[in-house]
Amino acid sequence: MAFHRLTCRLLPALLILVVSSVAQGATLEIGNGAEPGTLDPQKVNGNWETRITRALFDRLIDYAPDGSLVPGLAESWRISDDGRTYRFKLRGAKWSDGVPITADDAVFALRRLLTPATANHNATLYYAIRNARKVNTGQADPSTLGVEAMDDRTLVVHLSEPTAYFLQALAMSEAAPLPEHALKAQGDDWTDPGRMVSSGAFTLDEWRPQERIRVIKNPHFYAAKDVSLDSVLFHPIEDAGSALNRFRTGALDIAYSSVPSSRFSWAKNNLGDALRVGPLVAQYFYMLNVREGQPLADKRIREALNLVVRRDVITRQILGMGQDASYWYVPRTTAGGARGEMAFADWSMDKRMARARQLMQAAGYGPDRPLDLTLRYNTLEDHKKIAVAVAAMWRELGVNVELINSEAAVHYSSVNQGQFQVARYGMMATVNDPYDFLNAYATGGSAHKSSGYQSDRYDALVEQSTWELDEAKRADLMTQAQQHLLDDYALLPLYDYVSVHLVSPTINGWQVTPTDVHPLRYITIED
Amino acid sequence: MPMTTDTTPYSGENLPAGSPNPPSRPDPSAAAEKGQSLGREAWRRLKQNKAAMASLWLLVVIALACLIGPYLLPWGLAEVDWNAFNVAPTLEGGHFLGTDANGRDLLARTLYGGRVSLSVALVATLVSLVIGVLYGAIAGYAGGRTDNLMMRFVDIMYSLPFMFLVILLMVVFGRNIFLIYAAIGAVEWLDMARIVRGQTLGLKRREFVEAAHALGVSNRAIITRHMIPNAIGPVIIYVTLTVPKVILLESFLSFLGLGVQEPLTSWGVLISEGTDMMQSAPWMLLVPAVFLALTLFCLNFLGDGLRDALDPKTR
Amino acid sequence: MLSYILKRLLMAIPTLLIVITLSFFLMRIAPGGPFDGERQLPPEIEANLMAAYHLDEPLPMQYLRYMGNLLQGDFGPSFKYKDFSVTDLIAQGFPVSLELGFWAILLALAIGLPLGIIAALKRNTAVDYAVMGTALAGIAVPNFVIAPILALVFGVTLAWLPVGGWNGGAWQNMVLPVIALSIQQIAYIARMMRASMIEVLSSHFIRTARAKGLSESKVILRHALQPALLPVLSYLGPAIAGIITGSVVIEQIFGIPGIGRYFVQAALNRDYTLVMGTVVFYGALIVLLNLIVDLLYSVLDPQIRYDD
Repeated sequence: MAFHRLTCRLLPALLILVVSSVAQGATLEIGNGAEPGTLDPQKVNGNWETRITRALFDRLIDYAPDGSLVPGLAESWRISDDGRTYRFKLRGAKWSDGVPITADDAVFALRRLLTPATANHNATLYYAIRNARKVNTGQADPSTLGVEAMDDRTLVVHLSEPTAYFLQALAMSEAAPLPEHALKAQGDDWTDPGRMVSSGAFTLDEWRPQERIRVIKNPHFYAAKDVSLDSVLFHPIEDAGSALNRFRTGALDIAYSSVPSSRFSWAKNNLGDALRVGPLVAQYFYMLNVREGQPLADKRIREALNLVVRRDVITRQILGMGQDASYWYVPRTTAGGARGEMAFADWSMDKRMARARQLMQAAGYGPDRPLDLTLRYNTLEDHKKIAVAVAAMWRELGVNVELINSEAAVHYSSVNQGQFQVARYGMMATVNDPYDFLNAYATGGSAHKSSGYQSDRYDALVEQSTWELDEAKRADLMTQAQQHLLDDYALLPLYDYVSVHLVSPTINGWQVTPTDVHPLRYITIED
Repeated sequence: MPMTTDTTPYSGENLPAGSPNPPSRPDPSAAAEKGQSLGREAWRRLKQNKAAMASLWLLVVIALACLIGPYLLPWGLAEVDWNAFNVAPTLEGGHFLGTDANGRDLLARTLYGGRVSLSVALVATLVSLVIGVLYGAIAGYAGGRTDNLMMRFVDIMYSLPFMFLVILLMVVFGRNIFLIYAAIGAVEWLDMARIVRGQTLGLKRREFVEAAHALGVSNRAIITRHMIPNAIGPVIIYVTLTVPKVILLESFLSFLGLGVQEPLTSWGVLISEGTDMMQSAPWMLLVPAVFLALTLFCLNFLGDGLRDALDPKTR
Repeated sequence: MLSYILKRLLMAIPTLLIVITLSFFLMRIAPGGPFDGERQLPPEIEANLMAAYHLDEPLPMQYLRYMGNLLQGDFGPSFKYKDFSVTDLIAQGFPVSLELGFWAILLALAIGLPLGIIAALKRNTAVDYAVMGTALAGIAVPNFVIAPILALVFGVTLAWLPVGGWNGGAWQNMVLPVIALSIQQIAYIARMMRASMIEVLSSHFIRTARAKGLSESKVILRHALQPALLPVLSYLGPAIAGIITGSVVIEQIFGIPGIGRYFVQAALNRDYTLVMGTVVFYGALIVLLNLIVDLLYSVLDPQIRYDD
């Protein structure tokens, strides 16, 4: 082990001597939002964690700098005509300890991913694999999962249904092949620095909790000669103001999510070219509880509440970070072509107000019988500002709003149990596809369970779109599904999220991407 | 040994140290017999202290402004001026001290916030006062085993990480203003209990109490009629020290996001919002911070003045 | 003396038992659980997680399990920081908090005591008012306002010191957080020292000492200082506790890897084991500090003996 640690440290140094074009000791300092809970790629959950695990573990399919899919550990693949069989040809790369990466490692990882004890948060994304649901719910042995290693370099995955987004799922952190030999030898401690064996462009060197994590270049990485950075430091900085300050003093090269709306205009004027803003595959919306007996079970009221919310006031006056006001549910930047919008999107405010008043009156509410609503949001300055503004807009319609602020745990448990009337919700896609969004409101989905929304026609459209392999037909089905949801005013969309990061102008190879992935192996630092 | 997890000290002179054997402290009973005249004498001495008197008047002005001010302003607590987001102090539109990020009038919100902050301070102090004075008086008067047991309990309570318990309470029961009153009050009563117990122990041996005993006056009447009124001096001093402590505690909870619910606000909430905007909109920090700092300044000067006025040693 | 120490330590047992039980059940009746997040978990997966952490057992059973593990010195794994045990986290964070707190207290004493003495000696003069006015300013501004201002002025604008981070405990990284932590304590200590000094100076034995014709500096250093220090000493317990509380804010703003913020974060995240771990740890720490302060007290004040 000691010898191996030595080679890990020595080899990058040797490489520098050989490849003189690489800046000596190029170190990237990243302000990474929060302390990771774990570096086990199958147990991570937040983007501050997957940013690190994706640098450490390559997947069969990897991301290009612009977020599109490119071959990773699999150099090529073939999908059968019925869309049910995926055959991957592995590249013959090596783990950071020099052991070859085989198809068995991929089988081992996928079985572990779906084992109940792993308790992976995204496991349902892989339920398309044959027997995956049964394995994950403990009804079948992991060995029955539809994955097999034909030989060292050939992996076959059997799906029970064709699934449009399956390749994207394989690019995610939890789908990375894992070093079976290391996990067996180290047990639960396999993620410790000095013990971890990884496959990505970097390996774990040091982990000081709440202080920093250092990863260094992996000499065994299959494209190691193209990796310019020697080491990357991830600093867990939760306080956005503190991250911003550290970026300004040059202590950080990249500061993720360090500019809240309260500092945005200042940052725009003072840090111009370092501020990188772009659309995200994520929607900020208010979930409406449409259960029987709730005031919002009445579609007229849901429409009226939607009508009077001036989304441009929220995006321009309150946030002012370039978000798009949304009259739809699936963010516009999402791949896959789901379109559709609320009918009143281009009406004048007067017309919207008049129609809203009519609807409220028809529903039995008016100046002498005001509607009382509660609006829940989780603790965050921007959520508070938006809730205050929306409450003021609704008050003009004669609706009395009680605001309830609680920490995330309480907020989401109330939402999940359907104990709310209106609740702030943010949905970020796990894969760049409308699937996550649309499926959430279909029967069995998370938003269906929380909001009580149910529509047979909607369910049918979503189900068809999941299995449809023809892109144009699938886009049409998804558009129909979304329009159905919007015509029912099942939710109150506010805006499409944007990502806001600070990146030093000396950094090359970093791009804004819709899924907020920024592979480190392409990044170079200018002198 | 006294111990709390909050940030403020006891007043030096009133510190009961080294339980169960408190060291020698000033004997307050010297003044006790004088009763009525003590109050008048103290007031005379207080009036001579210019800083304390100025503070007293300023406090009255701030309190009145918070009580009455909101009715005289053109804008309400939750009223949004859609044309004026993040506006600096101006005479136009009636936003004399500017608006916040939601287009709400900052002066109005600061005055309403003052109501919350001051009421939290007063109610929480009152809660600690009632519990602490009763507990301390009973323990001190009963003496012996009861006193020992009751004070052991206080010792145990002193070792609880109280700040944590307040946070836990807020987490469990939600952000409720009445809970803030109760939770902070429940934290602060321990010191009060110790002070009052010390006073009572000293008073118990005085002739007038023994006389009351001999006359067959009930224990309860002795505690409420003689003990508590005579221990009042140190208690008043302690109150002026507790109020600023509570205001700061409330602002700390607000900083953690555990403050009062919108549209209500408090100085703590406003300051923590303002800290975010320090560079682009400094007035959002300055306005509530000036109100808070002035109030704390005044309370501290007043406390010092009262101590000088009531402390027999400095006479 | 020894029996007194033993007695005090025995008294800590019921204290800690109350702390543990209270926070265990408070935490469990709090709405929301450790797995309630933005992404709602499918029931199968939530069941997997609950089973992995024994949260599917009845509450009394969980309590007994926790107490059983605690007796063996095992605080359990953290729910949020899955790669670390609670013991690891505390063991790594506490030295940092301790170092920061130590310097903050030292600075507070080094500045607060002389200021208080000077103010007492120059009572009711311009010097007194200036010193006490400045001290008050330290109390009147919350530290979550002071800390970002310090970072902005000395870190960003003047660029004298790093604005955040720990960097393995380099002194440059410690300066601003230590100052931010100690400002309030300086103010309290100065005020307390002034008050107790004034009291001591007006007492009989000082008058006697003066009457004997001792020089003023001798009177103060030989006779007045030690008794005047007593109240300040007994304040050190609360002061340390105050610094712990203050460090919750300072650690967050300056990005310091201490344990202060674990507690708040853990309570908000419902990281049950980490909440319990920090509460138990702080409870024990406070008991210990109380004891040390009391013992110091008996050394400085010969009137007090602990041999009952």
